[in-house]
Amino acid sequence: MSKMVTLSIDGIQVTVPEGTLIVDAARQAGIDIPVFCYHPKMEPVGMCRMCLVEIGRPMIDRNTGQPILDENGQPKLQFLGKLETACTNTVSDGMVVLTQSEKARAGQKATVEFLLTSHPLDCPICDKGGECPLQDLTMAYGPTQSRFLYEDKIHLAKHVPLGELIYLDRERCILCARCIRFQSEIAGDAVLTFDERGRSSQIITSSEPPFDSVFSGNTTDICPVGALTTADFRFGARPWELKAAASICSQCPVGCNIVYNTRREARSDGRIVIKRVLPRQNEEVNELWICDKGRFAYHYTESPSRLAAPRLAGGPASWDQALEKAAQALRTWQKKAILASGRLSNEDLYALKRFAEALNVPAYLYTSMGGGEWVRRYGLRAGSDLGHLGAGDTILVIGSDLYEEAPIWYLRVKQAAERGATLILSNPRFTRLERFAHYAVRYAYGDESEVIGRLNADAKIAQALREARNLVIFFGSEGMGLEQTEALAAACAQLLTETGHAERVDNGLVGVWPRANDQGAWEMGFEPVSDLQALFEELDVLYLVAADPLGDGVVRLNGRKPFLIVQDILETETVRQADVVLAACAYTEREGTFTSGERRVQRYFPAVPHWGECKPDFAITAMLAEAFGLRLEAHSAARAFQELAASVETFKGLDYAALSEVRAQWPPTGREDYPFSGTAQPNTQGMGKTLAAVTEAPSARPQPKVPREAERLRPEEGTLLLVPITRLFDAGSLVSPSALLHKRIGARRVILNPASGLEQGAQVLLEWEGHQVEVTVELDENVPAGVGLVPRSMGIPLQQPARGHLHTPERVR
Amino acid sequence: MTQYLLLRHREIPEISRLEVYRQHGGFEAFRKAVTGMTPDQVTEVVKASGLRGRGGAGFPTGLKWSFMDRKNWPHYVVANADESEPGTFKDREIMEGNPFQFLEGVAIASYAVGANRAYIYLRGEYQHIARWLDEKIAEMEAAGLLGERLFGTDYSLRMYTHLGAGAYICGEETALLESLEGKRGQPRVRPPFPPSFGLYGKPTVVNNVETLANVPLIVQNGAEWYRSMGTADAPGVKIFSLSGRVKRPGNYELPFGVTFRQLIYEYGGGILDDRPIKAIMPAGASSSLLRADDRLLDTPLDYASLRPFGGDLGSASVIVIDDTVSIDWVIQKTIRFFKHESCGKCTPCREGTYWMKHLIDRIRTNGKEEKQVQLLLDVARQMQGKCLCALGEFSTMAVVSGIERFGEDFR
Repeated sequence: MSKMVTLSIDGIQVTVPEGTLIVDAARQAGIDIPVFCYHPKMEPVGMCRMCLVEIGRPMIDRNTGQPILDENGQPKLQFLGKLETACTNTVSDGMVVLTQSEKARAGQKATVEFLLTSHPLDCPICDKGGECPLQDLTMAYGPTQSRFLYEDKIHLAKHVPLGELIYLDRERCILCARCIRFQSEIAGDAVLTFDERGRSSQIITSSEPPFDSVFSGNTTDICPVGALTTADFRFGARPWELKAAASICSQCPVGCNIVYNTRREARSDGRIVIKRVLPRQNEEVNELWICDKGRFAYHYTESPSRLAAPRLAGGPASWDQALEKAAQALRTWQKKAILASGRLSNEDLYALKRFAEALNVPAYLYTSMGGGEWVRRYGLRAGSDLGHLGAGDTILVIGSDLYEEAPIWYLRVKQAAERGATLILSNPRFTRLERFAHYAVRYAYGDESEVIGRLNADAKIAQALREARNLVIFFGSEGMGLEQTEALAAACAQLLTETGHAERVDNGLVGVWPRANDQGAWEMGFEPVSDLQALFEELDVLYLVAADPLGDGVVRLNGRKPFLIVQDILETETVRQADVVLAACAYTEREGTFTSGERRVQRYFPAVPHWGECKPDFAITAMLAEAFGLRLEAHSAARAFQELAASVETFKGLDYAALSEVRAQWPPTGREDYPFSGTAQPNTQGMGKTLAAVTEAPSARPQPKVPREAERLRPEEGTLLLVPITRLFDAGSLVSPSALLHKRIGARRVILNPASGLEQGAQVLLEWEGHQVEVTVELDENVPAGVGLVPRSMGIPLQQPARGHLHTPERVR
Repeated sequence: MTQYLLLRHREIPEISRLEVYRQHGGFEAFRKAVTGMTPDQVTEVVKASGLRGRGGAGFPTGLKWSFMDRKNWPHYVVANADESEPGTFKDREIMEGNPFQFLEGVAIASYAVGANRAYIYLRGEYQHIARWLDEKIAEMEAAGLLGERLFGTDYSLRMYTHLGAGAYICGEETALLESLEGKRGQPRVRPPFPPSFGLYGKPTVVNNVETLANVPLIVQNGAEWYRSMGTADAPGVKIFSLSGRVKRPGNYELPFGVTFRQLIYEYGGGILDDRPIKAIMPAGASSSLLRADDRLLDTPLDYASLRPFGGDLGSASVIVIDDTVSIDWVIQKTIRFFKHESCGKCTPCREGTYWMKHLIDRIRTNGKEEKQVQLLLDVARQMQGKCLCALGEFSTMAVVSGIERFGEDFR
C-alpha cells in the first residue's frame, strides 16, 4: 500500500496515494481540470497546456525538514511564478492547487484561444460535434470571440486516409499525440508518428500497410477533436441522434463490453439500424478498448443474405408449418443429433441441451478446438481479473497468436507483463506478443504435447512457473485440430495442478476459443465431435443451429444426406441444403448472455428490432420442444436464464440482476468525461459475473490424452505440413459482409517461408487428403520451412494438420 | 588580456595537434584527475571554482554533476555542441581551434560523474567539425587517452560525435537527448532533469562546449586560481560573440565584469559609421531588447547584473543595434526564426509563433496600426509562462521588450 497524501484542490481536501497526478486527484474529488493531451491510461506529456493550474507547495526548512509556518501558524506556501500542468505534476502533502483562480482561468482560456487559431470551426458538419472535447471545453473555458484573423487560417487536407479504416482531417487535428501514444504505449504498434514540425506538424502512418494495427478504431474514441474518424461512421449520423444499447462483442471469446449506437433513418427505409460500435467500459475485461473486428464486423447483421422467415426445402412456410415438419422428422427417425456452435447464447445452448436430453440424443458442439472440459474444471473462477496480474505472477501462452485470435487479451497480457508479470510464450513461430515475453520457447508444429515437458526442463522457466504467485495459462489452436488441443489443454491443466496453482482465484486455464460463447457450451456439457463426416453419413436427422459444416467444407455430401433442420441467421451452404430452415435473430436483435473464455457471464441487450419474422434461438428451440411435451421458456431471456441457473451447476446463484451489477471504475467515463477518457461508454448495465468453480470429486476428473508419437505430424521432405491458424480478419460469415474489411481479410492464401522458392502473390493449387483448393502464396519469414500456414475460415477446409502439396499452375496444366 | 585560456589557438596556432597540445600541458589535468583524484574530488573542485554553465542558463556546473543519481547506472555525459542561437559562434571556434581542451573537459566531466560513454551532439551544419573531432578522438584513442583502463586505472571511456539535423530546438537539453536517442527532437517535460532521467532514461550530464573547455584549467590550476578572475557571481572568463552593427565583430574572450562599453568600443571598434548605439541583445535572438543607455553600457557584466535591466546575459551573444535599425524589423526577424524553429509539441509556442508571425508581417506591410501592435503584445504575453520549454518563452522576449521599450518604432 503506497503512502497517502492530503492536498487541497480549490479548497477541497483530497487524500490520494503518493504519486497520483494532480489531474487524477482532482477528478477523484469531482473537480474537472480540462485536458486534451492527457489521458488517464497513458503517460502524461504536458503538450497541450490545457490543464494549467496554480500549484503552491509548503516551504520546507532545509535544516529541520519541517514546513515553515507563517504568522498564523499555517505552512507557508511557495507558488512558482508561472502556471504548471496538472497532468505532469504529482501530488504532495500540504500542496494547494488552484484550478479556477483568475490566473489559472486565464491560462486555460489562452490555450483554447491558441488551439482555435488553426482550427476550422466546422462543428456543424463534424462527426465529433456533440461529443467533442474541444467543443465542450471551448464553451466552458474559451474566449467568446477569437482575435485571430480568419484569413490567416491555414487550410489543410480534410480527407487523409490513414489506412482504409481511419481518416484524418488535418485541419481539425490539435496535435495532442493521443493517437500516436495510444498506438505505441497501449497497442504496442507504433505505426503513427508526427511528420514535419511546428505548425506544419502532421500525423502520418509509418507502417506498410498503412495503420497496421488491429486497434486503430480506438484512436477515434480518444481523439479529442473530429480529426480521426472511422471509414464506417464518418458522415453517418450526429451523436445526439443515436440511441445506445449495451452489448457484448460476439467475435471472439474475450467478451468485450460494447455499445451499439442505433438510429431510425430514411436512408435505411425507415428501419432502426446500427450506426457504430463503441467500447463500453469494463476494467475487468476490455477497459476502454475494442479491436477493429469488434468495431467494424457488425455489418453481417444487416447482410442481404439474412434469413427473414422460415421455409421448407420446397418453398416458403409459416412458422407452424416449418416447426411441424421439423417435429415430424424428429419423431419419425431414429438416429438423430443436435449440432450447435458457440455463436449462440447461454440461453440458446441451454434450451438445446435440454431438448437433446428430452429426445435422448447427443448435443454436439461444432468446433475444431477441444479441451473445454479442462477449462470448465480448471478455468478462472469468481473474483479473477487479468488486471490483478503483475510482479510475481506468471502468464503462459501456448499455441496461440493472441494478437490475431483475441486482441484484447493480447493487450491485457502485454500490460500484465509491463506491470512485472513473467510472460512465457510458446509458439511455433514469432507472434507480436513475443516482443513483450520474458521467455519465448519455440517448438515444431506437431510437438504441442511435448511443450510443457520442455518448459519444465528449462530451470528458469520451471522456476517462473513453480514459484509464481499466480499462474494463468492461455492455450489456443495454432496449428492444431480437436485432438491436439484436447491433449494440450489436459497438459496445461496438469501443469496448474503440479505447480500448486489449480483451483485458486486469479489462476487457471483460459481457452482461446474460436467463438464468443464456446465456453458457455462447454459449461453446459456440449461435446465435441471428432468425425463430423461420419456423423453426417450415419444420422437420419440432424438439427443444426448456428453451424455451417457444408459451407466450411468440413462435411461433403456424398449422395445420402440426413434430414437437415437448420436454424441460422444467414443463407449458408448448409441452409441451402436444409429440409427445414428456421430463421433466427442476430444477437443484436434480442437479449441474452455469453460466457467469455475467462468464464465471465455477461448480458447483452436488444439494439435493433427482429429481422423479418425471425425469432431468438432459444424461443425457436422451445417451440420445437413443445411438440415433444417439453416446456421451455419461449419468451423471456431472463426466465430462460433462471431455468439455466437452476440446473447448471456452475451457473448456480446467478440471475440477470446479478449480471447487471456495476462496480465503481477508474477512469470515469460518460458525457462529462469525454475530454478525460474519450468516448468509450460508461457501464451502467452490468459488468458480468465469473462462474463458480466446478466442485466435482477428484475421481471425476477427465484423464489427459497424449497423442502417440506415431500419430504426430511433422514437416517432412517432399511434402508440406499444412497447419490451420487463426487470423483476426477472415472470410467467415460474421465478418465478410463488412465490405470495408475486405482488404484486411485478403485473399484465400497459404503462408510459406520465403525459402519455399515461390513468389509472393503466386497462384498455386493446394492439395491434401483429396482436397484441391486454389490459393495465393503469402511469404513470411517467421513460418518454419516445410510448413504451410492455412488461415481458418478462408475457404480452405483444413480442420487439423495434414500433409499436402503445392502445385504451380504450369504443372497443373 | 595577454593570455588566452580558451581560445589558445590564437596564440598557439598548432594547438589542435595532439603533440602540441600535450607540450602545453594538455591532458595533464585528465591524468591528474583519473590517477590522483576521486570523482567526487573533481566535482568538488569544479563546484568550488564557481564555474557556471556557458550555454545560457548559467547553472553551477559542479552542482549539476553532483545531482547525478547514484542508484541508477550507467551514467552518460553529453556535450551540447548544437550552438544554434543566432549570434552565437563561440563553441565553433573552440572546437575548430582548440579541440583537445574541449575533449579533455568532456573526459574529465565523464570521470567526475562515472560515465564510460560520452557523446558530443553537434548541430547538423557542423558536419566538418564532427569529422574533425572524430579525427581528434581517434588520435586520443591511439595515444591511450581514450579507451579501456586509462592511465593504468580501472577507468574506461569512449567518446562519440553525433550530428543533429538542423533544428534549433535540439539545443534544448531534453530535445537534444531525444534526438540523440534517434527520436524526434522535441523537449521532454522537466522535471525529471537529465541528472536523474537523461539519455535512455539514465542519469546524464549535459554541458555546453565552452563550459567543458574550462574544466581542464580548473582541475589543473585549482578553484582559487579560477575564482581570481571574473566576478563573485561569475568567476572566470567568458567568450563574448559580438555581432551586429559593430566594426569588428567576432569572439572576445574576456573576464566577467567587463562592460558593454569596453566590449563594443574597446574590442569591437565601435559602431559602424560611428552611429549612435540604440539597443543591445545580449543573448542572441532569445534576448530581451535592452535600451543601450550609459547605465547599461557601464554595467560590469555577469549573470546577475543584467536582471535589473530586464534581461539576461545568456550565452553572451551580443547583438548590437544602432539607430539605423528599427525594432519592428528586429522582432520580425526573431519571430520568423522562432516560428520556423518551433517544434510544435506545445500549443502556445506552435500556435503563438505562427500567430505572431502573421501579426508582425501585417504590421510591417500594412502600417503600424495600434490595435495590431497591442494584439501582438497581448499574444506574446499570453504565451509567456505557459510553454513546455524555454524556446517558446524565448520567442516572446524580443517582442514584449521591443514593443514595451521601443514603442516609438511601432507608431
